[in-house]
Amino acid sequence: MRKIILLLTVLIAGYVSMAQSGEKTFHKIPSAVVKTIDGRDFNTANIENDEKPIILSFWALWCTPCMRELSAIAEVYEDWVEETGVKLIAVSIDDSRSTSKVLPTVQGKNWEYDVLLDPNGDFKRAMNVNQIPHNFIINGKGEIVWQHTSFSEGSQQQLINLVRKLNAGEDISDH
Amino acid sequence: MTKKQQKIILLFAISLIFINPIQSFAQGFAGPSRVSGNFQFDGQLYRSDTLIGAPEVNEQMLMNSFANLLFTKGDFTAGLRFEYYLNPIKGYDTKPTGIGMPYRFMTYKTGDFEVTAGSFYEQFGNGLILRAYEDWNLGVDNFLDGLRVKFNPAEGIALKGVYGKQRYFWDHSPGIVRGIDADFSINDLVNFMKESSVRVFAGAGMVSKYQQDELIIPKPGYRYNLPENVPAYSGRLNLSSSNFNFISEYAYKMNDPSSINGFIYKPGQSLYLSATYFRPGLSLMASAKHTDNMSYKSRRTESTTLDINFLPPLTKQHTYNLSAMYPYATQPNGEVAFQGQIIYTIKRRTKIGGNYGTFITANYAIVNSLNRKSIDNDTPIGEKGTLGYKAALFDMGDEKYFRDLNIEISRRMNRDLKVTLQYLNLLYNIDVIEGHPGEPNVKANIGIADIQYRLTPTKTLRFEYQHLLTKQDKGNWAMALVEYTIAPKWSFSISDSYNYGNPESDQKRHYYNATMGYTHHSSRIALAWGRQREGIVCVGGVCRYVPASSGLTITITSSF
Repeated sequence: MRKIILLLTVLIAGYVSMAQSGEKTFHKIPSAVVKTIDGRDFNTANIENDEKPIILSFWALWCTPCMRELSAIAEVYEDWVEETGVKLIAVSIDDSRSTSKVLPTVQGKNWEYDVLLDPNGDFKRAMNVNQIPHNFIINGKGEIVWQHTSFSEGSQQQLINLVRKLNAGEDISDH
Repeated sequence: MTKKQQKIILLFAISLIFINPIQSFAQGFAGPSRVSGNFQFDGQLYRSDTLIGAPEVNEQMLMNSFANLLFTKGDFTAGLRFEYYLNPIKGYDTKPTGIGMPYRFMTYKTGDFEVTAGSFYEQFGNGLILRAYEDWNLGVDNFLDGLRVKFNPAEGIALKGVYGKQRYFWDHSPGIVRGIDADFSINDLVNFMKESSVRVFAGAGMVSKYQQDELIIPKPGYRYNLPENVPAYSGRLNLSSSNFNFISEYAYKMNDPSSINGFIYKPGQSLYLSATYFRPGLSLMASAKHTDNMSYKSRRTESTTLDINFLPPLTKQHTYNLSAMYPYATQPNGEVAFQGQIIYTIKRRTKIGGNYGTFITANYAIVNSLNRKSIDNDTPIGEKGTLGYKAALFDMGDEKYFRDLNIEISRRMNRDLKVTLQYLNLLYNIDVIEGHPGEPNVKANIGIADIQYRLTPTKTLRFEYQHLLTKQDKGNWAMALVEYTIAPKWSFSISDSYNYGNPESDQKRHYYNATMGYTHHSSRIALAWGRQREGIVCVGGVCRYVPASSGLTITITSSF
């Protein structure tokens, strides 16, 4: 009986929290302290791109699909930026074994992304990231409007198509 | 779940109901509220398979699962996690059994001040004196349960304080852990550095563990005089500029006799140095690490878990099936390691680089034992109850632990075809690293080809062929994999690892596997059927042993 009350209360709490209004509400990026690739502290609530879209990609050096994805996007990133103004922020969840290798890898492969380091996992936990790669699209107002986990060759095309739709004012949350 | 835990959940959920609709006057509770979470279910259905040495599983199916809930409103965040191990999947000795809600916390942040009560994860510097973290795939979760305070008194100074007990299955460690840490951004603190193009960061931390004295008898008529408080200190200095990066950390631990170090009273120390030169398209990195008696646990007699700190191996993490067969793990009692790495991009649209560019990565690592010297003529090296031995910084011993030379070349040949080739030459001291006394060092040559062919913009075929040649341990292996993906939702693969070179003819086994995965947004379901060879799974330098198994594995994950 006690367990049923417990379950009901949790469910009601969840419903009350989510049913704030009839409209779809998007949430802003939560605040967590991470480091920039040159060692400075950075609060993720300050992530912005001049009201243009942002792709937030969680990755790690040991995650082969993540490396494939970021390498594949690197081939077309310049065109993406020129066409849509999008900025890709690659958040590395590498821990201290490989944190020091993130900078040499990004520079050596000539990636032009903004890179953030989250070795303690604070940002990863705040964004509810379980398995990587995990991508989020953020709109011009700083709201998370879409997310997707896993990568297969061709997904990057879907990503840029969604950014184009976002720029055209469409709602992409159901895609 | 205990009555106490049920009460906590009830209180938490009730508070959620009331905080939402009421317009709060307290400044910190203004702002939109948000409930989010994620969950994962890992289940394994076991098939009896004595041929590969798979253990019998009476339950037939085992599962590990968790569900996280996060609630945020304004400056306030709270969260909790349910965990279920009914019963824990084989190979996870550090997972508890049953149902529980061990992780729950509240955080309040305002301006320069943040307080967390409950469970939290934290790291000081590179983790050499403190790292509380979790890795689900490894079965590691040593969160600190207590209080954490973060305070930034001025621009360029970040202070942290922690006090609590570590997670120990469903319970807490016997030892208490407390620590303080400070990070300084020198450019923000020193006037003449403000406009400098070189950024300097310094940091210092101290951790102290307390465990009550206990009776441990080394030999009849004697008992150890055990230190109840054991401190560890660390200092770090990092420099970065537009072409250069330098990371360093030194850690020192006071006498800490334990099961891991054989109850010696020697202090421990570790020095980590890493320097990188870089420019777009080229990076050169050299690093060195000295580790001496740095196991630091919150229970003296613990062997598998309760690490307060984290000692990352310097060596490269390999990600292919056969290249990851012999992974190195840091030897906390002592080792000396060096590593060099080059990453180079041959520009696109050049004769050698091809239309799309060619990427080359080369890495070489060596790890040896510490050169231990006896403290005097009468005391053997490592004698329990004494200072143990002497060892100078970066003084390499004669015993080889690990050698790794690897080269990778990756190139897109045309619009549809991408090729990656890897070669590795390894030396792996299986005696020391895996605890197989008497076995000779494994010397292996490994070749890998990874070819990706795009059939249509969304359908891709990928082939992997791997080969491992060695005269030791289980002998040669050959592995082939075919993967078919339909972006963005579907992926299928079949593979086989064949141990054709096993010295015992009835052990020449095929380890076949078929997998299927479906993803929709942030939800994913994956099925894998087949045989898993016994071996080591490593993530971030922490490894766990996986026994052989056969059957079906199901993973479901989602976040909302």
